[in-house]
Parts: sequence; structure tokens; C-alpha cells
Amino acid sequence: MTIVVGYVTGAPGEAAVEQALVEARRTGARLVVVNGTRGDAYVDTRFSQGADVDRLRSHLEASGVQHEVRQPLGPDVADLILDAAEEVGADLIVVGLRRRTPVGKLILGSTAQRVLLDAACPVLAVKP
Amino acid sequence: MGNIGHLADGFASALTPMNLMFACLGVLLGTAVGVLPGIGPAMTVALLLPVTYNVDAASAFIMFAGIYYGGMYGGSTTSILLNTPGESSSVVTAIEGNKMAKAGRAAQALATAAIGSFIAGAIGTALLALFAPTIATQAVKLGDPSYLAIMVLALVAVTAVLGSSKLRGFISLFLGLAIGLVGIDSVTGQSRLTFGIPLLSDGIDIVVVAVAIFAIGEALWVAAHLRRRPQEIVPVGRPWMGREDWRRSWKPWLRGTAYGFPFGAVPAGGAELPTFLSYVTERRLTKHPEEFGKGAIEGVAGPEAANNASAAGTLVPMLSLGLPTNATAAVMLAAMVGYGIDPGPTLFTSQSDLIWTLIASLFIGNLLLLVLNLPLAPVWARLLRTPRPYLYAGILFFASLGALAVNLQWFDLALLLVFGLLGLMMRRFGLPVLPLIIGVILGPRVESAMRKSLQLSSGDWSGLVSEPVAKIVYALIVLGAVGLLVVGRLRRPTTQEVTS
Repeated sequence: MTIVVGYVTGAPGEAAVEQALVEARRTGARLVVVNGTRGDAYVDTRFSQGADVDRLRSHLEASGVQHEVRQPLGPDVADLILDAAEEVGADLIVVGLRRRTPVGKLILGSTAQRVLLDAACPVLAVKP
Repeated sequence: MGNIGHLADGFASALTPMNLMFACLGVLLGTAVGVLPGIGPAMTVALLLPVTYNVDAASAFIMFAGIYYGGMYGGSTTSILLNTPGESSSVVTAIEGNKMAKAGRAAQALATAAIGSFIAGAIGTALLALFAPTIATQAVKLGDPSYLAIMVLALVAVTAVLGSSKLRGFISLFLGLAIGLVGIDSVTGQSRLTFGIPLLSDGIDIVVVAVAIFAIGEALWVAAHLRRRPQEIVPVGRPWMGREDWRRSWKPWLRGTAYGFPFGAVPAGGAELPTFLSYVTERRLTKHPEEFGKGAIEGVAGPEAANNASAAGTLVPMLSLGLPTNATAAVMLAAMVGYGIDPGPTLFTSQSDLIWTLIASLFIGNLLLLVLNLPLAPVWARLLRTPRPYLYAGILFFASLGALAVNLQWFDLALLLVFGLLGLMMRRFGLPVLPLIIGVILGPRVESAMRKSLQLSSGDWSGLVSEPVAKIVYALIVLGAVGLLVVGRLRRPTTQEVTS
């Protein structure tokens, strides 16, 4: 069994990884952490780098769950998660939710919403 | 001293609310474009050239000067926080600056860069006010042959000294000179390089060329490399410095200024050489050699001061001789021509008010930058999160608008695209942009000086060296060229030894 987690730097990402670890321990599944970026700006604060990605890796290592961290680059972060899920044949996708105003959602869209609507497997949405 | 009186008048007109607003606008824009890698003051001034149609000359140049100085400040912020230089002149700052930031001393690195830039900018501008009028009064006495020789020196020096490949530099220079030739010959009335297209007979407007090479070329280049892994930025609070940092910074600031100003003032100076020299000097003189390579404050203070002092120095040949030696100065010169002002040694006499207002506004802009940049550094850093598609969509819009505004002809938009593709190809094959722009701007003036000299001697070649200054300058060019060749010869075997 394989679980795909959408990770971003910050509280929603942490919450998603925590919940995914709980699920992975319960079912003995492999964890695929996807931290994608559009890569079209010089800086993306939700793309995990340096100390943050080190902490994530050591946290996963310490949990003893079989895991993999992917940091793909592509035009749509939701598609990056969905593509990874399709590729590894995920049985579950875990995403973190964050507060988005209606206007913000209209303009910027919501990665979590796209994953919920387009995923081929069950999606677990976690609030921080 | 008449000049102090002139400068006081300059301050009086630069401090009017309207001009102060343009100065603020200029430094804000300048810092913003300085922060963003790939977008620089030269591109910004080029995109803003159309404002020269309905803003008076003094206000426009106050804004351009703010952009020019602002770009230097902004570039260091990116160098320090992101390890990517915002501007080519802050490459050296990144070496120690980013190490400092990673060691948790980003606030001190930003502070020493900003305060050092301020001090160097103030000293540099004062030296500019001191030297430029003197040089101009001497330069007025020069005849066309001497003036031609000095322009040729500038062209050769800018092309040969900067950049790694001289061949690429000269390709770019000759492309620029060829573009400058397009149109009807002012003496004989023949069409040159117009390919039978009547719209080309007026020549190609410098606005179109500058905007295309800087903005369209860069936008296409970025579009071809749109997605890249984002870089890690060091979070930062308000910049500040402790007593120890001040003690270690003030000498590098002054030494950096001493390097930067003269290098900026000679043609082919630029900021790369003095910033590098300043870094090497600080590394040798430091009392903390163990910190170099791990984030030494001297390695930020010196190069940043050198960078700003050279920016002031660049304005000396620009204002006293009409010789631009970097891209921003070249585009500012194009703006001057757009106003119908003849750039050259007569500027200080014929446009005295404008020039002194500009110099006064440099002092004001420098102070504004210090006041703005110390508290606002974290805000500027946020600009780096702007997705490139939004940024470049805006740039393309203003570029097209600017090109269309020249003559309100679709033909200029077509030219914009053609030269934009040329700009893309130049970036692709590593041709420097600066020689092309300087070639386009100086080319017609070189030609007119040459033809006037030849007319004076009724076509005899000896007319070109009929003045002592011309002889000396040509001798310098030959010496420099031989020197470069000899150095190149000497260097080649040694590098081979090292590699084998």
C-alpha cells in the first residue's frame, strides 16, 4: 500500500505529514512525500529547502516508516501531486488545508481543492 | 566658487515637491528592479523612455538618476539574501554577503552594504560635482579629431576590457554600429542599409533598439528558461550594525570608494573590476583572515562602496564628455538626445540648470535610498516571490507601448520583435549587450566627428591626427591593444602548465 502526501513548508504541510504517518503506521504503507513547486519565481517559501527539508527527512527517518521525498517542478502543483499518485498507484492522498478567502480562491485557486476533485483514490484532508 | 552657487540652485529646483516626488518614484523603482535578477536599471530606464515625451527634462533625469542609484542598492539585497546577484555589479558582494546571512548576520550585512553605499555615493557625487565641470571646460576646447579619438577609445575599451571574450564583444559592437548606420546619410543624402523600405530612412529609433535588446530579449530568454528550482532565501529583520561592525566597516567603505570612483570615471571602468579589486584588498588587509570565505563584514563593505562610487564615477565622462560607459548611462544619454539636448562637453554651459539639478538630485536620492532601505529590506526581499509570468507580462506590455509610442507606427513593433529576437540570440550565444547599445548610441556621433575632421583636412587621413590630444589617445589605444595581446600571450602558456 502507498500513501502520497502533499507537503508544503508551514503548518498545513506539517499537519498532513503527521496524519499520513499515523495512517502509514496503522496500515503499514509506504509514504511518498511530494513537495512540488511551479518554479517560476526566484523564491517559493512553500518549497522545502535547507533546514526545513533536513528536519522533514530526519522526522520521517525517525518514524521508521518506509518513505521517499519528491520535489518535482511543474506548471501546476496539484497536477504534480496527482501525477505522483498515479505513478506509484497511491491508495490514499493526504493534503493539508489552509485558510483561503473566496476571492483568493477565485484568483489563485486552491491546490487542495483540485486534488480533492481530480484524485482517482480517496483523499484525506487535514486542518492544521 | 561658481559651482557651489550652481549646486545650491540645483538643490533648490530638485527640492520642489514635484521633483522630490520623481526622486522618490525613481529610487523606489530602482531598488525594486535592482532586487530582481535579470531586470536592471538599464532596462527600466529604457522602458521609461516614453515618459520623456511629456515630462520635463529635469524631472525625468531626476527619476532616472534615482533608478540608477537605486539599482545598486537593490542588487546587494539579493546578493546577500539569495546568493544570486541582483545586478552584475553586486556579484562580489554575494561571496561574503550570503555567507554572513547564512551565519545569521544578514541584518549586519545589509546594514553595512546600505550605509557603505550611502557613504560611497555621497563622496562619489561630491567628486563628480568637483571634477566633471573642470573636465568639461577642458573638453570644450577639443576639436573634432580629438573628440573622435576619445570616442574610439571608449568604444574599444568598453568592448575589449569588459567580458571574457573579446571576439564576442567586438561582434556586439559592430552589430551596434551597423544598426546606428541605418537611414539617410546626413551629408550626401544617400540611403544606407534601408533595404528599400522607406520607413527605415529616418533611421532606427534608439528607444526601439534599447527596449528590444533589454526588455524583449530578456523576456524571451526568461520564457525559454521559465521553470527553475527556487532558491533558498535567508529570512531577515531590520538591518542594524553593532559597534564592532562599524569599527570593521568604515575603512573598507573608504577604500572601496577610492577604488570605485576612478574606475567608474575612465571609459571601460564599470563596476566589476573595482568591486573585485576591493574584495581582494580587504582580504589582504583584514585582521580577521579566518573569517574570509565564511562571512567577513569587510568583504561586503568594501565591494558595495566600490560599486556605488563607480556608479557616481561613470557619470563623470557621461556629463562632461557625453560618453556613456555603462548600459544605464547609455540609455540616459539616449533620453538626452530625445530631449534635443546635445550631449557633450557643452552640457555644463548650455544645460547648466539641468545638470546641476541632476547632481543635486543624486545627493537627495542617495539619502532617500538609505532612509528607505534600512527599514524596508524585508519588504524588498518579498518581491522575489513574484512569479515571473506576471513580471514579464508587465514588462512586455510596457515595452510594446514604449515602442509604439515612438511614432505610432506598427512598423516599430515589428522592429521591436526583430531586435528582441536579436537580443535573445545574443544571450543565447553569450554576446555582451553593452557594446551593442553603446555602438548604436555613439556610432552616429563617431561618424559625424570623423567626417567633420576629414572635411577640415579635405579628405586627407592625416586630419584625424592633427591635434596633440588625438595623437596621445590613439597612442594609448595602440598601447592598450598591444598590452592586451602581450598579456594574453603570456597568460596562455601558464594556464596550460597548470592544467597539464
